[in-house]
Amino acid sequence: MAITEENPGYKWVGTRPIRPDGLEKVTGKAQFGADLMLPGMLFGKVVRSPHAHARIVSIDTTAAEAMVGVKAVITGSDFPDLAANGAHASDIDVANNAIAREKVLYEGHVVAAVAATTRDQAEAAAKAVEVTYEILPHVLTVDEAMAEGAPLLHEGMITKGVDPAPEEPSNVASKILHERGDLDQGFGEADVVVEREFTTKPVHQGYIEPHAAVADANSDGRAHIWCSSQGHFQMRAYSATVLGVSPGTLKVTAAEIGGGFGGKTVIYLEPLAVRLSQRAGRPVKLVMDRDEVFRATGPTSGTRIRVKMGVSQDGKITAAEVWMAYEAGAYSGSPVGAAGMTAIACYDIPNFVVEGYDVVCNKPRVAAYRAPGAPMAAFAVESVLDDLARDIGMDPIDIRLANAAVEGTQASYGPKFPRIGFVETLEAIKDHPNYTADLGPNQGRGVAAGFWFNAGMMSSATVHINENGTATVVTGSPDIGGSRQSMALMAAEELGIPYESIKAVVADTETVGFNDVTGGSRVTLATGAAVVDACRLIVEDLRARAAKTWDVEVDQVEWVDGQAQHVDGSQPPLSLSDLAAKSGRTGGPISANASLNSRGVGAGFSTQLCDVEVDPETGVTRVVRYLTAQDAGRAISPDYVEGQMQGGVVQGIGWALNEEYIHDQDGVMENPSFLDYRIPVASDLPMIDCAIVEVPNPAHPYGVRGVGEVGIVPPMAAVGNAINDAIDVRMTDLPMSPVRILEALTEQSD
Amino acid sequence: MAQVHFSAGLRDLTGGLAQVEIEATTVRRLVAALEEKFPGIGERLSDASSVAINGEIFTDAEYEPVDSDSEVHFLDIFQGG
Amino acid sequence: MARTHITAVVNGDETEFLAEDGTSLLNALRDEVGLTGAKEGCGTGDCGACSVMIDEKVTTSCLVFAPEVQGATILTVEGLADSGELHPLQQCFLEGAALQCGICTPGFLIAAKALLDKNPDPTETEIRYALAGNLCRCTGYDKIVRAVQEAAREMRGQ
Repeated sequence: MAITEENPGYKWVGTRPIRPDGLEKVTGKAQFGADLMLPGMLFGKVVRSPHAHARIVSIDTTAAEAMVGVKAVITGSDFPDLAANGAHASDIDVANNAIAREKVLYEGHVVAAVAATTRDQAEAAAKAVEVTYEILPHVLTVDEAMAEGAPLLHEGMITKGVDPAPEEPSNVASKILHERGDLDQGFGEADVVVEREFTTKPVHQGYIEPHAAVADANSDGRAHIWCSSQGHFQMRAYSATVLGVSPGTLKVTAAEIGGGFGGKTVIYLEPLAVRLSQRAGRPVKLVMDRDEVFRATGPTSGTRIRVKMGVSQDGKITAAEVWMAYEAGAYSGSPVGAAGMTAIACYDIPNFVVEGYDVVCNKPRVAAYRAPGAPMAAFAVESVLDDLARDIGMDPIDIRLANAAVEGTQASYGPKFPRIGFVETLEAIKDHPNYTADLGPNQGRGVAAGFWFNAGMMSSATVHINENGTATVVTGSPDIGGSRQSMALMAAEELGIPYESIKAVVADTETVGFNDVTGGSRVTLATGAAVVDACRLIVEDLRARAAKTWDVEVDQVEWVDGQAQHVDGSQPPLSLSDLAAKSGRTGGPISANASLNSRGVGAGFSTQLCDVEVDPETGVTRVVRYLTAQDAGRAISPDYVEGQMQGGVVQGIGWALNEEYIHDQDGVMENPSFLDYRIPVASDLPMIDCAIVEVPNPAHPYGVRGVGEVGIVPPMAAVGNAINDAIDVRMTDLPMSPVRILEALTEQSD
Repeated sequence: MAQVHFSAGLRDLTGGLAQVEIEATTVRRLVAALEEKFPGIGERLSDASSVAINGEIFTDAEYEPVDSDSEVHFLDIFQGG
Repeated sequence: MARTHITAVVNGDETEFLAEDGTSLLNALRDEVGLTGAKEGCGTGDCGACSVMIDEKVTTSCLVFAPEVQGATILTVEGLADSGELHPLQQCFLEGAALQCGICTPGFLIAAKALLDKNPDPTETEIRYALAGNLCRCTGYDKIVRAVQEAAREMRGQ
């Protein structure tokens, strides 16, 4: 329900029908990445490095190749040397991460792959590939990687963004900096200053479906890939780069995707499956097991973050100083840039310095995870803000209202905000009964807020009118959380026909125009806008066809409720099915394409309220009540907007309380299973209450902002602030596990 | 003249300047004019993934029009999840 | 390697298939029987995506060797609907938007059916504990728990 705007009287937008792909997903028919079987298909297995950092001295595949059933064995030398070809640095990193050449940079790094007629044969052959390593010293954290004399991952890495440029290489890929005003003056004006240091651990996106790809290569160089990803056009582009072929030789079909959260915007198996299929002359399926998913994909960065903030007695933030270092894993590209731009973006702060470092280390290359980079910075900043509010005796919502960014505020990352709904999310929390609900013994309440840009990028859509007046809406955006429904709802609204008359499908790379990844909360915004554009072209065409039928000018024809009407009512209306049935006479099939590079991205804000109960005996924290308020702009599909809000919150609760990568001293991951890397289960949680705020994005036809990501930004601080409220202990290291809580309680009583 | 703002991370190339005024009709021409003024900045700006013009963020802004009222910010790379 | 001949009742039909001794029931169902509704999320019994019912007990099929089900009665998600008519749980999952990506849905439906078969009127807490062996990373479980509550109400005729 719209909280801040009148419902504009849409017929379909904002309703809760059954999703178009739902039936297949409750009956087991939906085909996910690992479900495809092709005649003659081989099973593949990847060989991975057991070392965190080592030089590959030699790889001997003779024994593996001689084994029963083995049809192909490949190594890094089966792929073009992009560095020698003068490729772009980022492409070289993608290729080297897909399969190592001279060095392995993390435990789990691919060194070879095999294909055989059965799974067991493939596994046995993978074990028979003999790799000789020269083990090198490794670095696992930003502290180790930034230390004086640290072993280097990349000998030529000179820190970017530092003036003058350093002469010596290091593990610091780049520095980012944002500054405004005068820090000393700002802290001088503060009545209270709080400074704290925080750490967070790498956490995995934790999608339940492991990565999977099937490739079927032809002898003429073409290949067909079926894979589960957040963007099959992106997988085509990356695969073409790694294989050294033209993208047009590859056809990629999007399987249903079993979760991604950013982690499936990256390529791992696809080029390996293609090369194995080429070598074997048979289709090849590669599927990761969970252990491989943990060791070699995802996660997001571990971090160290220092925050110093000052407020005046009336609650105005006078200055903020933020220093942060983000693990990038094996190759540069941590989300520290976004962290620097989002860290204090919720607030209008006159004096600040935000400084950040992108640091490589011997862990898997980090992948995007829901609002990449923002949650860790928000954990630090929102925790300090909570302390400041307590110190001056101010309500946590009121201190945020006193500093909240509004339309026209110069965002900390540069431009002025257009119309945004941050204040409305704060008010929605304050107005909710949870805000004043009674708390029991050992219970506490915490508030935190978060910002995320959302993204636009490129999308294409095709709309076909079938001969009976129903419609097919074709896009190339993998549906990861109900986006087919959003597309169908907007098309129903535009065409004026029932939602049930529309089929929304996700097509392969040869059937629809280019679409960027399903990520950045962008599909309902950008692909949705392409669908709206295509529908509007259809409606124009339909009006012209009705005008032709009636022998009148097109401006005499209106499109109302799914039918053409003459403006003066002089003609009996022509429905979409009437026009479709006679399309042959009026110009042929009714169909339209629209492609765009989306503009008018609408920023997303979320404010959350968490109640916890901490058991002082065991240190166990239980979330007992949770409320999330988020500005959706317009909730096209409220069921799935709530789903995104709730899912983001619960991932954040896992990040706050349980989840972390644990490595031994050799750089080997110690907890690569769902038993030891524990994500939240149903019995850990209460219902997650949602307040959808709708402050329409003026730049989108329906006001959409995008909702997928910002929900994961506030939870760690909301939980931490609630724990602080419950037991008067400020937790600064994630996860806030029972052991850490007990340690903190012991320290407090000492 | 369009108002162009530089994040602190770019100011090593602008001699410390946080803001300049540039006469240009598109972002491409604006970047070309900046490159003349601050050699080397063109490459760094083309590495930046997005540009904000009057608060609206564009992924590929090369041909976006700017005018004398435009406020232009070049933003660091970020990726969505 | 020698393959064992296995006969079991799968989704109401007597079914024969071959499997090596070390093959999991999950892989046998997916590769030999052609039922890919049950999914492998972990292979270690921690995620529940491969849940099936064996003789009316919910089981993670990745931890069962295929030859162990000789003579057993197995229900997978493909057998939940009756002659094309959806089970109330399937209908309530659809109406309540209790799935996002859908990879965990088959396992949740089986686990929820096992609960409601034994306990037609579970509390929210009972539902949450009955589903605690099934991981979902998309929904935060809210809409799943509500869908099970709604299905239970419908099945009780309320």
